[in-house]
Amino acid sequence: MSPGASTEDTFRRKDLLGLRFLSAGEITHILDVAEQFRGLNTRAVKKVPTLRGKSVVHLFLEPSTRTRTSFDIAAKRMSADTFSISGSASSTTKGETLLDTAKNLAAMHPDIIVVRHRRAGGAMILADALPETCIINAGDGACEHPTQGLLDLLTIRRALGGFAGRTVTILGDITHSRVARSNIWGLTKVGAKVRVCGPPTLIPMGLEEWGVEVHHNLEEAVRGADVLMALRIQQERIPRGGHFFPTLREYSRLYGLNRDKLRRWARKDVVIMHPGPVNRGVELEPEVIDGDWSVILDQVENGVAVRMACMYLVLGGERAAAREGRG
Amino acid sequence: MSVRPTILTGGRVLDPDSGHDGIADVVIGRQGRIKEVGPGLASQADDKWLVVDCAGKWVLPGLVDIHVHFREPGHEYKETIETGCRSAVAGGFTSVACMANTNPVNDTGAVTRFMVDRAMRTGLARVLPIGALSKGLKGEKLAEISDMVDEGAVAISDDGMPVMDAHLMRRGLEYSRIFDVPVSVHEEDSCLAHHGCMNEGPTATRLGLPGIPNAAEDVMVARDIELAALTGGHLHIAHISTAGAVRMVREAQARGLRVTAEAAPHHFMLTDEAVGAYDTHAKMAPPLRSAADRDAVLAGLADGTICAIATDHAPHPAQDKDVEFELAANGIVGLETAWGLTMQRVHDGTLTLMQAVQLLTSGPSECFRLETGTLRAGRPADVTIIDPQGAQTVVPSTLWSRSHNTPFAGWQLPTRVERTIFAGRTVFVWDGERGRVGTDAARYRTR
Repeated sequence: MSPGASTEDTFRRKDLLGLRFLSAGEITHILDVAEQFRGLNTRAVKKVPTLRGKSVVHLFLEPSTRTRTSFDIAAKRMSADTFSISGSASSTTKGETLLDTAKNLAAMHPDIIVVRHRRAGGAMILADALPETCIINAGDGACEHPTQGLLDLLTIRRALGGFAGRTVTILGDITHSRVARSNIWGLTKVGAKVRVCGPPTLIPMGLEEWGVEVHHNLEEAVRGADVLMALRIQQERIPRGGHFFPTLREYSRLYGLNRDKLRRWARKDVVIMHPGPVNRGVELEPEVIDGDWSVILDQVENGVAVRMACMYLVLGGERAAAREGRG
Repeated sequence: MSVRPTILTGGRVLDPDSGHDGIADVVIGRQGRIKEVGPGLASQADDKWLVVDCAGKWVLPGLVDIHVHFREPGHEYKETIETGCRSAVAGGFTSVACMANTNPVNDTGAVTRFMVDRAMRTGLARVLPIGALSKGLKGEKLAEISDMVDEGAVAISDDGMPVMDAHLMRRGLEYSRIFDVPVSVHEEDSCLAHHGCMNEGPTATRLGLPGIPNAAEDVMVARDIELAALTGGHLHIAHISTAGAVRMVREAQARGLRVTAEAAPHHFMLTDEAVGAYDTHAKMAPPLRSAADRDAVLAGLADGTICAIATDHAPHPAQDKDVEFELAANGIVGLETAWGLTMQRVHDGTLTLMQAVQLLTSGPSECFRLETGTLRAGRPADVTIIDPQGAQTVVPSTLWSRSHNTPFAGWQLPTRVERTIFAGRTVFVWDGERGRVGTDAARYRTR
């Protein structure tokens, strides 16, 4: 379990495993710090010495391009040394267990391990096994993707000015989505209302207990929502023979967003989000992706700032000099 | 090979088979069989006899577990027949029926004979092999059941591998009637279970783990009950875990069908919330279910629908458990905690003491048609002596099993196994620490 619950508006944890473990104050604090880092990313010289002398290992045991690049840019802009280990190059393909991989990495004393793992709970195994190393979860199976959740929250906060009284609808495959879970935990904590919408085959059991409204009808889910967050249909992640929906064409007819549906059902100022990569014409029609309502590229931009903030904070942040422990 | 005549004096004898519950002496003859049970027998003993003072203790038939995995041959790094027997007698069990998922699979008389021979050489407990229903547990062709029964198989089962082919199951139930052996079934529709690794429900949703719905068990139980009705075979539901399955078994029994069921301690003690933060010691098949299911299993034990508590003792060493939850092996060791966990359900009033003893002795024995599980005169002198004032703290590293995979670490369980007698010989005695196991265990403590 994640160590050291905090209710203060700071962040003093060793690891960032999931938004489920964080308080509203901690989440807000991360967003505030990320906001400060945002400015750096548009300067001519995009580098600060904050993490000089620190080593960051990117342990990506599942394919990823954008998340890894985002973490790598974030680390390098703070002057950390970065090392990349990908699924195909790692020992896990030679039969080594995750625990052994972790212990071997720890023996080389990295300061942060950013880990993406195909199985739920992967980051937690590392965090429990490595008391000296900060672990940042870059996605574990269908459980959590906390930095994605945080960058989505930052994007929503910038677009709407806050969360109170706002409604966010998450569309698509909730069952297999770690992005959905992190967003649900994060958004409900900071006071937003969350709806999910998708075919009953892709809505996991018990979501109502989290205070989430469940819809299967797109119109009902879209009406009145401030934000529509479409999720990627991850065909590569859905187990074979799942029978979740007949065809992408039919999925798109029922749950895809196009200009026409938005004009009829959505608020005029609705904000469209997507964690990417988008299946054009499946979850979103091109006119929606590229339209004024879309903040999809803002999400990507905010991702770098959020990841800088997370790395900075797990290593002790502004208290690093005082060294009061990061437990 | 004769044993020293023994008398167990002054204990509270609890024998569900005869209904006896009262202070009595138990006399064990030279043949290692029960000679007599009754009050005032101590005068028979001379100084050549072993006299075991059981005052203040409970004297039960040796416990019977009709569902264990001893891993030999093939997976000796998890457990061997010898280490499994050590674990059994330390937990008070003297008869254990071991499943066929070894390597090679127990699907021929030769493998069955190997298991029996190995157990006899060990000399600690009665090991009763369960033969495979299908060749290689592949669910395609019937295994040679006659061959295995001749060598001592007491039941047939593809446990661990649900039999998806309904026609094969029908034929298995029919064919087994020749030998009057039960067909023990692992009820899980593997299409419905899909890639699930824990109970489908709020905990799985929170953890992002694929779930297995109750219906995966229920549809198979429904199917096989109708096949039992069709064939007249004895259908035995292994490790029943859902409220629906318990209800259907109850209804089948009311219809007069030969349908029985066993339940594992983890299914009546824990729920899927025990998975907590990916605790692989809470990963098993069938999975830990909801509180409503757990309560239905308890109700089934209390009203007699479920005739046996069986551990599904499934040893796995750390390297098979200290991995990602989805990749972890299924199951836990159970032999050394089953008695104490069951007693917890006596202490909280769910079961009576006599019911608990029955579910661990005559219940499973009658189900598998064994001669043990009773203190009747002439039956094997398998006896378990319990200290009702004692207590057990579960410390995984001190378990006798070769593997220590238990979710009950640190649990305080009521009462304690004081002594286990197998065929008239003491094979386990408690010594204040871990106990002593061996065919000469009594040497360490005679009176």
